Amino acid sequence: MEYFVQQFVNALAFGSEYALVALGLAVVFSIMGLVNFAHGEVIASACYCVFLAVAVGLSQPWLAILLALAAAGAASVLLERVAFRPVRNAPTTTGLLTAFGVSIILQNLFQLLISPRPQAVPVLNGLNATWHVGGFTVSSLQVMEFLAAALSIGALVLFLNRSTLGIAMRAAARDFSTVRLMGIRANRVIAMAFAISGVLAGVAAVFILARRGSVSPDMGFGLVMKAFVACVIGGFGSLSGAAVGGMLLGFIEVGLLVALPQEHGGLKEALTYVIVIAILVYRPEGLLGSRQELGDKEI
Amino acid sequence: MLQLEGLTVSYGAVQAVRGLDLSVAKGEFVALLGPNGAGKSSTIGAITGLVPSKGRVILDGKDITRLPTEARIVRGLTACPEGRHVFANLTVAENLRLGAATRSDKAGVAADIDRYCTLFPVLGERIAQAAGTLSGGEQQMLAISRALMSRPRMLLLDEPSLGLAPMIVARIFDFIGSLKADGLTVLVVEQNAAQALRFADRAYVLGTGQLRYSGTAAELAGSDLMSMYLGA
Repeated sequence: MEYFVQQFVNALAFGSEYALVALGLAVVFSIMGLVNFAHGEVIASACYCVFLAVAVGLSQPWLAILLALAAAGAASVLLERVAFRPVRNAPTTTGLLTAFGVSIILQNLFQLLISPRPQAVPVLNGLNATWHVGGFTVSSLQVMEFLAAALSIGALVLFLNRSTLGIAMRAAARDFSTVRLMGIRANRVIAMAFAISGVLAGVAAVFILARRGSVSPDMGFGLVMKAFVACVIGGFGSLSGAAVGGMLLGFIEVGLLVALPQEHGGLKEALTYVIVIAILVYRPEGLLGSRQELGDKEI
Repeated sequence: MLQLEGLTVSYGAVQAVRGLDLSVAKGEFVALLGPNGAGKSSTIGAITGLVPSKGRVILDGKDITRLPTEARIVRGLTACPEGRHVFANLTVAENLRLGAATRSDKAGVAADIDRYCTLFPVLGERIAQAAGTLSGGEQQMLAISRALMSRPRMLLLDEPSLGLAPMIVARIFDFIGSLKADGLTVLVVEQNAAQALRFADRAYVLGTGQLRYSGTAAELAGSDLMSMYLGA
């Protein structure tokens, strides 16, 4: 029983991480139609910022957390301003190639300027403890990761439903031109989308750092691929779809880990994608996606 | 209030509007008429800045040709686009609130929302409902109300009668006509010339991107252009 509770919490934590990163992709995609494959390097940038701050004497975990959130938000907004704004009106494929280009450039910069090898960042290791809850032993990090993801998603939902800019972002996902006719600056909506996406990546970065205790140049790339799959499962462009898709992917992965005999553990990734393909055969538009999701962009 | 000088709109090799000169005085109600494909909506698009154009767009004596759409709205222009373009995934209330995005007076915005809900009771009844669930006529009422929420000085209306039942069209035009009494400057693009000319002071007629006629609404109503271009 304890094993199942632990694995359940494990799945919640993985799912939360995928959901956070997938939401970051979906927020930008819903508004700009851009799949930002450089999102992983936003996570890496935040982690490297913490690494550098620790190198010059930062030792407070809460300061490191704040720094990671701020750095990720700033990195994301900066990428939009420098790399994506010039190609905003270009075909979708140009944006996609730009994103891959930015991703490769940043990974190489991390390698050249810091090191190609993983660097230790122990400042958040203290978050990783063992908690005893109602007779069960669980990892504090995993519980906190789930709570942080839930809190972030809750804050995002509030922002999107209550604030004028949030409502404008929901409207822009369907019909950007008409949002501009309301006198709302396109740059502001897009910068806010990137800022939100970045802060969500920052939350994920905190937990990745706390778990791994190190940073490496390619640390974000694999995660973004997973988040991309989560978005596809949930329905690309749908925010709730990204969150549900991320959580589902976490549960599929951990479920397979539990179900597969140890000698077949290597099949986990392959079987995950078999399940993903099966879901897409059944619902090609993703679980929560629909053709209307494209709205006026279809015309 | 608004002047267009040599306005040209091109889509690749096709010129939708060719060197159009047009002016609308403050408080005037002007109709821009013409058959399908005449370049009417492209003209509106060029005025709002959503469609790239050549020539000059002048608002209140200032050249706004190079300003982005958002900056033109802040200067008192507003537009109700063809096909209504209500935000289908947002509620009626959220649509109206976005219309007032450039305003900071919360109480005034709330009062205006109440005002349009009284004018169009169906909006009040469906205030928390997604705008996509409204009928075409109701969406048009919402789109016009949303455009007016910014308290504009000039309203651009693109085909307000499109796809609506005659009774609804008459009602919507009655409302648009009443805006003139409030001192609002209106430029309305219409294929339904008879409705537009009920309230228009002046009219321009476009044909294949060029100006075919300009004059008072009364003169146009008596001319054979009505049958030549507008099928009325």
